[in-house]
Amino acid sequence: METFDLSIIWAVIIGFSVIMYVLMDGFDLGLGILFPFAPDEDARDVMMNSVAPVWDGNETWLVLGGAGLLAAFPLVYSIFLPALYIGVFLMLAGLIFRGVAFELRFKSRRNRHWWNRAFSWGSAIAAFAQGVVVGAYIHGFQTEDFVYTGGAFDWLTPFTVVTGLGLMAGYALLGSTWLILKSEGHIQDWAYKITPMLLGIVLVVFAIVSIWTPFVNQFVWERWFGNLRLIWIFPAMALFFAFLVFRSVKQRRESYPFLATIGIYVFTYLGLIVSQWPMIVPPNYTLWDAASAPESQLFLLIGVLFVIPVILVYTAWTYWVFRGKVRVGEGYH
Amino acid sequence: MELDPLVLSRIQFAFVVSFHAIFPVFTIGLASYIALLQGLFFKTQNPAWDRLALFWTKVFAVVFGMGVVSGVVMSFQFGTNWSNFSLAASNFIGPVLSYEVVTAFFLEAAFLGILLFGRGKVPQGIHLMAATIVAIGTFISAFWILSANSWMHTPAGVELIDNRFHVTSWREAIFNPSFPYRFSHMAIASFITGGFVVAGVSSWFLLRGRDPEANRRALSMCLWLLLFLTPLQAVVGDFHGVNTLEYQPTKVAAIEGHWETATNVPLLLFALPDQEAQENRFAVGIPNLASLILTHSIDGEIPGISEAPPEEQPPVMIVFWAFRVMVGIGLLMIATAFTGLILRRKGRIYESRLFLKTLVGMISLPFIAVLAGWIVTESGRAPWLVYGIMSHADGITPSLTGWMALFTLIGYVLVYAVIFYAGVYYLTRVVRNGMLPEHEHASVDRDADRPKRPLSAAHTPFDDDVDPVRS
Repeated sequence: METFDLSIIWAVIIGFSVIMYVLMDGFDLGLGILFPFAPDEDARDVMMNSVAPVWDGNETWLVLGGAGLLAAFPLVYSIFLPALYIGVFLMLAGLIFRGVAFELRFKSRRNRHWWNRAFSWGSAIAAFAQGVVVGAYIHGFQTEDFVYTGGAFDWLTPFTVVTGLGLMAGYALLGSTWLILKSEGHIQDWAYKITPMLLGIVLVVFAIVSIWTPFVNQFVWERWFGNLRLIWIFPAMALFFAFLVFRSVKQRRESYPFLATIGIYVFTYLGLIVSQWPMIVPPNYTLWDAASAPESQLFLLIGVLFVIPVILVYTAWTYWVFRGKVRVGEGYH
Repeated sequence: MELDPLVLSRIQFAFVVSFHAIFPVFTIGLASYIALLQGLFFKTQNPAWDRLALFWTKVFAVVFGMGVVSGVVMSFQFGTNWSNFSLAASNFIGPVLSYEVVTAFFLEAAFLGILLFGRGKVPQGIHLMAATIVAIGTFISAFWILSANSWMHTPAGVELIDNRFHVTSWREAIFNPSFPYRFSHMAIASFITGGFVVAGVSSWFLLRGRDPEANRRALSMCLWLLLFLTPLQAVVGDFHGVNTLEYQPTKVAAIEGHWETATNVPLLLFALPDQEAQENRFAVGIPNLASLILTHSIDGEIPGISEAPPEEQPPVMIVFWAFRVMVGIGLLMIATAFTGLILRRKGRIYESRLFLKTLVGMISLPFIAVLAGWIVTESGRAPWLVYGIMSHADGITPSLTGWMALFTLIGYVLVYAVIFYAGVYYLTRVVRNGMLPEHEHASVDRDADRPKRPLSAAHTPFDDDVDPVRS
């Protein structure tokens, strides 16, 4: 009984870290993806400055989730990482380049175009790799006796390419709605213009993945077309929020598009979780199979329960301090 | 040629961890030094201390940032290349490594920000407190990492059930037998590294006549510190060696290039260990000295490498020579520290250009010594990942192929080459910019400064054509 409780608590903590990461790093990765398409250099400055104070804190959740996995659900760690070996490397390389580019772009002028490139490519690759992880998770992993037994490129299938591109579009959507919130004038106009297009791409991918998913995974098929009718509320809510994004962009509301996009993510994420629940390493292992010893889960829980409020307060404080519009020429550096 | 994923993974881990280690080994020492400078400023109100503190805080910010970036990669290495080990040891390694992350977050969120950007905005006492807590925090981070590492050398407090370690005593596992020695050795190494870097940079400034007052103070402090710490490190290292003799005799035998168990073992100064023939070529040594050092008795018996079957022996050539590099640099450091004392007594410590130039030249040596030391201890436990229980071959990711490991090895080398080049280039600029003139000193204030983006504290342009004010 004790094991049961701790594993659930940890599933909630890690699930929370993952969605926090996706939402928060999502919009700054999204801005990186949109970077080359920006109307002018002013827009690029505003885009970068709008996330400069927060992007690093956003990645906190990735590290917390990753470390928590090793401690609480080591099987996830020891199967996902080998299975996604090449993809993990590409994601890390992307995140590193983009992080360093972020810092050094502000401090250079002659070399700025190089850092611009590193920023957009790094963001795009990291976003694609993360989308591929989602696709690979839906697919499931070839395992035997708690060990990954598949090949180096099992993660790269037409299905995962679609989810990879889908998450890129999704992050771009978070980025454009964030930009609506944080910018004004011609930059905001541009963000308003591209948002419905990005939303359209996201919805197309959403449809393709939804139709395709039950075919790549029997378990998911049974989950969705079995007795659990109630779960259809998740995609319904996601679609409702997509409609809200569309409508609020038309009405030129400023904060609604971003908030509604978060709604799309939250309900898509919940839909994804219920698709596989309680499988954490599909198709063979549940979260209890993947759990570490209860005493280990408990030992770390004490520290994590202490630090999560600190991170939340710190995060909220940062966003509060840097609230409001970012204007052209009013840089942080 | 057959690509061996095991060899490539070991090279990759060694590369990634070595690249990472050079940053924290410096920041740990530097954080304490900054706290000391802040403390001196708080007590004496002499602005020289404050200017030194500000300058070294900028350097700290950049190096810390690079340490964080390279550290993120580390946390994935265990899973990508050593998944069997990760799963087996997760009950202990998982929480311990996560506690390091928790510590680091807590620090960054709360105190690093105040240290980097709170100057002039928070009361001096609070600023000093933040500097002190950051310094303590770097030690707590090192505590967890070294605990995990030491446990792999001298596993304790666990039992193996169904190929998984289960913790039976957290206290015994965390404070495992080699941990206190490794932690002390590493902590002192960090102080020595920080000391030589600060001494070298101060000498560089003194050679150019820049800010003589502050830099003389810095140099003098460092030399006193080094005079005390470099001999102490030799003593602690000796204790560490005796502890290793008890738990990992084969490693010590490899360090000594000592093949057959014997008494009156000589200390070899030079040799070319031949693993296949299980003997040394061209050995030159001092009779009885190894026995004396390790057992504190001339005719003490030391077990030889051949006590372990050939497939359980470490690569003797690497261990033997890495150890001599470490100790050689250590002796050079002691000599330098004592030269400083002699020059000080003659009153020529700041005038002897040769001595100052030597100190500048020695900036890189502590880093080489630290890496050599890690090569000794890590290669020396081969083929064991968890000593005596799990070998490298048992711990590796089963699905990993040679070309996958090669691909990411080349990839990490390329990524790090770019990052390292940009980082060191930038760091050099920060150092060259030097300390702010006193009238500018008070006016540094920027909204963009973010604690979790330590580089934003450096205020130095990356290339030349940015506005000349230290932006």
